[in-house]
Amino acid sequence: MRINGATTVLELEPRVSLLDALRDELGLTGTKKGCDQGACGACTVLVDGERINSCLALAVQYSGREITTVEGVDHPLQAAFVANDGLQCGYCTPGQICSAIGMLAEHAAGAPSAVTEHLCEPDPELTDAEIRERMSGNLCRCGAYNGIVDSVREVAVAEQLR
Amino acid sequence: MRPFGYVSAPDVATAVRVVSTEPNAKFLGGGTNLVDLMREGVERPDTLVDVTGLPLTAIEELPGGGVRIGALVRNARLAADPLIRSRYPVLSRALLSGASAQLRNVATVGGNLVQRTRCPYFYDHASACNKREPGAGCDAIGGVNRNHAVLGASEHCIATHPSDMAVALAALDAVVELESVRGTRRVPLLDLHRLPGETPHVETVLTADELITAVELPHLPVAAASHYRKVRDRASYAFALVSVAAALHVREGVVTDVRLALGGVAAKPWRAHQAERVLLGAEATEEVFLRAADAELAAATGLPDNTFKIELARRTIVATLQELLTDGSAA
Amino acid sequence: MTTAPARPDAPPTGTSGPYVGAPVDRVDGVVKTTGAARFAAEHPYPGLAHAALVHATIPRGRVTWIDSAAALAVDGVLAVITHENAPAMRPVKTQSVLDLSTLVPGSTVNHLASDEVHWDGQPVAVVVAESRQIALHAASLVRATYRELPSTVDFATEKRNALPQKKSVVDPGRAAKGDAEAALSTAAVAVDHLYTTPVHHHNALELHTTTAVWDGDRLTVHEPTQGIDWTRKHLAHRFGVPVENVRVIAPFVGGAFGGKWHVWAGTLLTVLAARVVGRPVRLVLTREGVYRTVGGRSPSEQRVALGADADGTLTALIHTSVTQVGRVGGGPEPATGLSRYAYAAENVLVEQKQIALDLVPNTYMRAPGEAIGSFALESAIDELAHELGVDPIELRMRNEPERDPIDGRRFSHRKLREVYALGAERFGWAGRSLRPRSTRDGRWLVGTGVATAFHPANLFPANVTVRISADGGVLVRCGLHEMGMGAATAQAQIAADALGVPIESVRVEHGDSTLPAAPAASGSTQTASIASSLLAACEKLKRSALALARGSADSPLRGAKPAEVQARDGGLHAARGGETYAAILARAGRSSLDAAVGAERGFAAVAGQVRFMSKFLLDRRRWVRAASGAQFCEVRVDAHTGEVRVTRWVGAFDVGTVINAKTVASQLRGGIVMGIGMALSEATVVDPRTGRIVNPGLAEYHVPVHADVPPIEIHCLGDPDPTMPAGVLGAGEVGITGVAAAIANAVHHATGRRVRDLPVTLDDLL
Repeated sequence: MRINGATTVLELEPRVSLLDALRDELGLTGTKKGCDQGACGACTVLVDGERINSCLALAVQYSGREITTVEGVDHPLQAAFVANDGLQCGYCTPGQICSAIGMLAEHAAGAPSAVTEHLCEPDPELTDAEIRERMSGNLCRCGAYNGIVDSVREVAVAEQLR
Repeated sequence: MRPFGYVSAPDVATAVRVVSTEPNAKFLGGGTNLVDLMREGVERPDTLVDVTGLPLTAIEELPGGGVRIGALVRNARLAADPLIRSRYPVLSRALLSGASAQLRNVATVGGNLVQRTRCPYFYDHASACNKREPGAGCDAIGGVNRNHAVLGASEHCIATHPSDMAVALAALDAVVELESVRGTRRVPLLDLHRLPGETPHVETVLTADELITAVELPHLPVAAASHYRKVRDRASYAFALVSVAAALHVREGVVTDVRLALGGVAAKPWRAHQAERVLLGAEATEEVFLRAADAELAAATGLPDNTFKIELARRTIVATLQELLTDGSAA
Repeated sequence: MTTAPARPDAPPTGTSGPYVGAPVDRVDGVVKTTGAARFAAEHPYPGLAHAALVHATIPRGRVTWIDSAAALAVDGVLAVITHENAPAMRPVKTQSVLDLSTLVPGSTVNHLASDEVHWDGQPVAVVVAESRQIALHAASLVRATYRELPSTVDFATEKRNALPQKKSVVDPGRAAKGDAEAALSTAAVAVDHLYTTPVHHHNALELHTTTAVWDGDRLTVHEPTQGIDWTRKHLAHRFGVPVENVRVIAPFVGGAFGGKWHVWAGTLLTVLAARVVGRPVRLVLTREGVYRTVGGRSPSEQRVALGADADGTLTALIHTSVTQVGRVGGGPEPATGLSRYAYAAENVLVEQKQIALDLVPNTYMRAPGEAIGSFALESAIDELAHELGVDPIELRMRNEPERDPIDGRRFSHRKLREVYALGAERFGWAGRSLRPRSTRDGRWLVGTGVATAFHPANLFPANVTVRISADGGVLVRCGLHEMGMGAATAQAQIAADALGVPIESVRVEHGDSTLPAAPAASGSTQTASIASSLLAACEKLKRSALALARGSADSPLRGAKPAEVQARDGGLHAARGGETYAAILARAGRSSLDAAVGAERGFAAVAGQVRFMSKFLLDRRRWVRAASGAQFCEVRVDAHTGEVRVTRWVGAFDVGTVINAKTVASQLRGGIVMGIGMALSEATVVDPRTGRIVNPGLAEYHVPVHADVPPIEIHCLGDPDPTMPAGVLGAGEVGITGVAAAIANAVHHATGRRVRDLPVTLDDLL
């Protein structure tokens, strides 16, 4: 597996999830466990640039893939989260950030969402409603949603200007 | 989770051979449902045969206008596919309304079809569930059953099928291709899932060693004007209380073609044939839509917690058809 | 008037320094956004073993047989601990106000000391193994059989047997003036309805987890707790070691909301397991395990009856409640607490009853009492306004009390008129039609609603030390709890302003029992409680620094009196000039200067506690102190399906001084988001036949997701409460109060349908 740019060799039982491998075997505890059921998004990591829930991923299935965890992220979203107070306790934050990075890439690739009005539009505008729907797989019990949406919008706009 | 063996299958032939020879082996796709159920102790395979490396990831246009979808196409990719978005928007919409983006990036078409119910008693080892343990009884009947079935349920099981995608496929006359050591067979999607009857643990017509390899959509012009309406308590990331997949074509005020299926109401994606019969050739009016919905739901029965679903389904059918009518796409 | 802004570029609130009131970034923002912040389950230990719990599957009875053989046979299993082989813990102490740590046991059960089962989900065994996977698998192999005893588990059927709640110092449970029932029966206009709320769970995203490490009779525990000091004392008692031997570490808590206030079974059993296996042990509860062993908010049935003259003057206000406790723990849910302060009715009756059930003990959850009580009261006032045909804000203002309606105490800072005026203006309330179902936008029925937010302000004693070093750095040490409120950030701002130093030079050490003890983070008290001690400590420190400087012939502060000295620019300044702390220390040849407040031991500590309690009670006799606010919302209800979506929110609040405009706004928003969940989707469902929780997970217990939450505009008066330290009334809980009522009122306005049972779901509106 390549994790945050470095090749890592792990011998694991097949039942070990990618999440547990990261946290327990590799000490990469930035990726969080909130439910272990695919119901909260705290464990979101990027696999070859796509966001997934690492709790429902058996590590053995991801042999040879490029995994990015929050520890490997260096992205304007991080500063935006601090500036917009897109976090409180911080437990869902790494998952929100990884998810938002994956989401921006999906949007840039023209992927629609459940709230996209015209499905065939190749380049749907990233409205607040779009951001909220696309980020709905990441729960935040502290309720920092407004700040998260502000952060994502800010970074998306800056990326478009660049 | 119990320990188990893991095999990554290099090709379809090996995959189906291993599952047919190894005792208690199962196919592993994205794992978004199976891994969860294994962690809960509901699924207890001895061997997992990982099929995600198999070359079943194409979305191809068929001669004659249909589309063939490899069983390992991920939900997100299928939803975003330009062909699906333009010709079968109902399928795109259904996929996008399901789960979360993270799960859709991983979940496969094949796995989505055979995902298991979200009935809480099915998940709970301390409860009686005929689906999990045949003959044990059903704690959902007489228990908490707000999310349960109002159509096709039995005294042994009132669970619903949780898929959104399958509801759209049911409306689209999809055909499922299955592969096993005995060869290939094709089953209409509508015949894939079974109603519970006395054997709620038998959920599909698949044999244990059969692999879903593809789903084919027929050429279906009416599908260009189609919609998926999912009704739920939370605005996103929740299973349907009721959903409606509909495709409608109207000429000069008369319904010339229609497809209608319901989700969240039965142990299988529910094709609304009765309603379609009322609609076809009739005037496209709210009154007719209501009559069609009532025809379909005449057989529905509710329990104290879920009777509301019958009225909800009725209203959602009408609203979805109305929407297709008024946004002009059905004309 | 100042406003804590939605945007971080707003002006500070006009205190003496540049930081208090400003939208300062969180001091831990960077570690939390890079994954560097280590939470409780993230500290490695050599030889760490992992635990998993086995839960009872009956509500009440005895374990007749427990079979560990299959679990023990699993490779890597170190121990299976059951009532048959568990070493004894000391029993729970009797509760006493002189030792507040006696309040923290999650239940009175002495876990694994007997075969008794008191609720479905109670742990009956702990499995310890080399890995978490092995422990969980082996736990699934432990088989228990039970002899079931009669139980009562269903709130709906048992509520009729409720008995009046026992009176306590903090919650009298009953208050009355005049004859409210008689006044109700003769009122010109009256409403009299029952409202119900279900069980709620906190669902902090961080799972409850404990890591316990014994070194001889010294114990280190990593535990996400809201009460480090009390947890420490409780563990010392249960395991029979001196308090000094126990260290509890919790620098970051991944959300708590009341759920991590008590010490629950998992914590105790992890410490016990570590003793049994002689190795460090970690337990991370499954999400289901949290539901089965950590209590939630009590369900309630509430009656609110209001009687008024034809002009809307209230003549009768009755608010009674039935809530539940566990038979083996839990406490009163003060659902009617706010109603005695709410309206100037001539006749008032508030009364709380409760029942005991064979369920996991209930616990505090964000604004216990007020969160659900405000739903009933503020729905009822809206119903009365509708009956009278008057604007619901106008009705409230007509009945706004000048003093405590029952005993005439003064309000320290009653600003409801101001917050309503502010909120109404920002929301655009004026011109709203009184008629329900008057606005439609396509498929959506649109309605707006309003409700009062209210949460009492309290204080607890806190211990703090402050040090200034020769390099000018300031170190604040306090075992405070950072669970998302921005607690360390707020105290850094307060210290920076008090000492006149740049905030970058202030470091706050927190979350460790080796630090001076802070009170538990509960009741929205933490900021004010610690500020009180921190401000006193900073004052002491400045006097010490001045004492060093004023005696020196070389100092520009020579002979300066404390009253003429200002702290700014990193030091002290008087009319003739000033110098930095670093300069003062350098001249005096000192490496640092220290000041402490609290931190006593022995008799002094008890005396301090008694002194504090007396002042607390005296203050309560003099003042009604509370944060308050006005919640405004717009909802849209799908005309066909009854789906409810919240589309707009304005909250105007009086939380006293706003220490940090950014984090206070976030706290209030967080309360509102949780309130949206409470209003529309959250309910822990208990099977009435078995007492077993049916939806113990985040896929089936629906907390709000991004898509459920509209932009939430927050405005604060920012005016200090003159009776509270730093003028702070607290912002942690007031945000959730009134939210469910505002939504239910808006749903009524949109649809004409009044829903009195939470959550408001589409089946209520079809």
